[in-house]
Amino acid sequence: MNKLIIPALLSALILGCTTTPLPEDGTTGAPVETRSGGNTVTTVDAGSLDASGLPKALTDPKSKLSQRSIYFDLDRYDIKAEYQDLVAAHAKFLVDNRGFKVLIQGNTDERGSREYNLSLGQKRADAVKRSLVLLGAREDQVESVSLGEEKPKNPASDETAWAENRRSDILYRAADGRGEF
Amino acid sequence: MSRIFHRLCLFFVLLGAVVGAQAQLSIEITGAGANRIPLAIADFAGDSVAARVIAGTVRSDLERSGLFKLVEAGSPGLDENSPIDYANWKSRGADAIAAGSVQRTADGRLEARFRLYDTQKSLTLGGAAYITGNEQLRTAGHRIADFIYEKLTGEKGVFSTRIAYVVKARGQFLLQIADADGQGAATALTSTEPIISPVWSPDGSRLAYVSFEKKKPIVYVHSLASGRRTVVANQKGSNSAPAWSPDGSRLAVVLSKDGNSQIYLVNADGSGMPQRLAASPGIDTEPRFAADGSLYFTSDRGGSPQIYRMTAGGSDVQRVSFEGNYNVSPRPAPDGKTLAFITRREGRFQLAVMDLASRQVQVLTDSNKDESPSFAPNSRMILIATEIGGRGILSAVSSDGRIKQRLSVAAGDVREPAWGPFLK
Repeated sequence: MNKLIIPALLSALILGCTTTPLPEDGTTGAPVETRSGGNTVTTVDAGSLDASGLPKALTDPKSKLSQRSIYFDLDRYDIKAEYQDLVAAHAKFLVDNRGFKVLIQGNTDERGSREYNLSLGQKRADAVKRSLVLLGAREDQVESVSLGEEKPKNPASDETAWAENRRSDILYRAADGRGEF
Repeated sequence: MSRIFHRLCLFFVLLGAVVGAQAQLSIEITGAGANRIPLAIADFAGDSVAARVIAGTVRSDLERSGLFKLVEAGSPGLDENSPIDYANWKSRGADAIAAGSVQRTADGRLEARFRLYDTQKSLTLGGAAYITGNEQLRTAGHRIADFIYEKLTGEKGVFSTRIAYVVKARGQFLLQIADADGQGAATALTSTEPIISPVWSPDGSRLAYVSFEKKKPIVYVHSLASGRRTVVANQKGSNSAPAWSPDGSRLAVVLSKDGNSQIYLVNADGSGMPQRLAASPGIDTEPRFAADGSLYFTSDRGGSPQIYRMTAGGSDVQRVSFEGNYNVSPRPAPDGKTLAFITRREGRFQLAVMDLASRQVQVLTDSNKDESPSFAPNSRMILIATEIGGRGILSAVSSDGRIKQRLSVAAGDVREPAWGPFLK
């Protein structure tokens, strides 16, 4: 019999959280240069990266590309009309940014066989992949996998939760390997 | 007596510090067979602590099976060599009686000896001796219970077998192994990501399962003694639904690398390339080898998920299930006579069995969310995952639906049961 695997990571996590206090000498922050007249500076965001290493275009809530979920009807895996524009926007990003890859994760609600649901989730992921490739993304930019019923976004057992869990999610990874998967 | 039996609730404190599951797996018996064999198990003579553990294990095993009614034996001062007053035991209602003893051996281990008697025919049915360490007293009890079970029912007992299952507790997934009575749980794998579909290798030394630890489903083979893990299917897309070939050298798995979920064969040591077994335009999944080498599986090629059967080579595909529009998770019984599966009836997912000769289907449960059936190696009981009060529990149901037991963990959900093979 295999020995028990007991992760002893909790203490490590706690030790990792330390706070460095700021100096309290009354002069908070660096001096700000104030200018007026026709000398304004417009800040340009040259694709700065967020914490996950992805451009803000993919993660800023104001950007359409921050919408990463496509929802499905019961027992269905066709992409509904209301999500066509979203899928097209992601396809365009992949065409414009060939170094980026996406992982499509298909999900189902909790009812029925776990393994059959895994296959159903795969169909939902494949449907998104097929659309992206049709719209110009390269085959090797897109991998589709299934999480079946195993990773419910909403863990409740009612129609609202089930609708929320019948879903494909799009995860991004930049050329340098940083990203969401 | 029968009421007490029905409601009998045994709580076992499991030894071994286990993260998350910690570990009270309780068994509740909720149904018993119609004709139970009345049987007396006398207290064992000798080392009193060890004797109590062994006799107690034998009694609870046999009682839990639902096939025996324990007749009060008291403390008649018997051991395996005492003469048996057959008429007396017969008049007390016992069709059979077992008596035994536990002695310390010279090297400090324990030797349990016993003999079983038929009071109707006034003869001995045989006996055995088992030498064990102190920590394996219950194992000796399970062996004795298996012996008695086989002598009195004519089929092999499964008290010495083990089960695997997944516990979800506090955001952790634990793949655990326990004795068939739920005791002695040990954790083979912990993960923050889901673990599903564990299946035992035919020799009981390894488990194959699907782990999501790499953010996608990958099939592993895990040697229980060493903890060594081998990736046997990690193709592009999803890898799932492992099923051992009868000789343990290969696994049927489901891969989506070529589009739809389809069934392939891979080597159990992870070598070589997957070999496609069959091609269908829809989903093919949940393969399981039957005793005759054929494969049962779930497919939606006909428009709804139904159970099909094909040869081990992937030819001669035949539809097996016809009633209703959702029949999944086929599990052929080890004896080849029946097929257990999950059927959806009026929105409820229930365990059913099909007699493979007559194709007659019987629904065995009245629950809503049955999943993942697994036959005991003697084909008599079926372990399933189900839900009570929103909590995942395991339930063992006899293949005639009469006997029912529940196994649950206080601190979490239990799911994905897999009943292991006979001990060699």
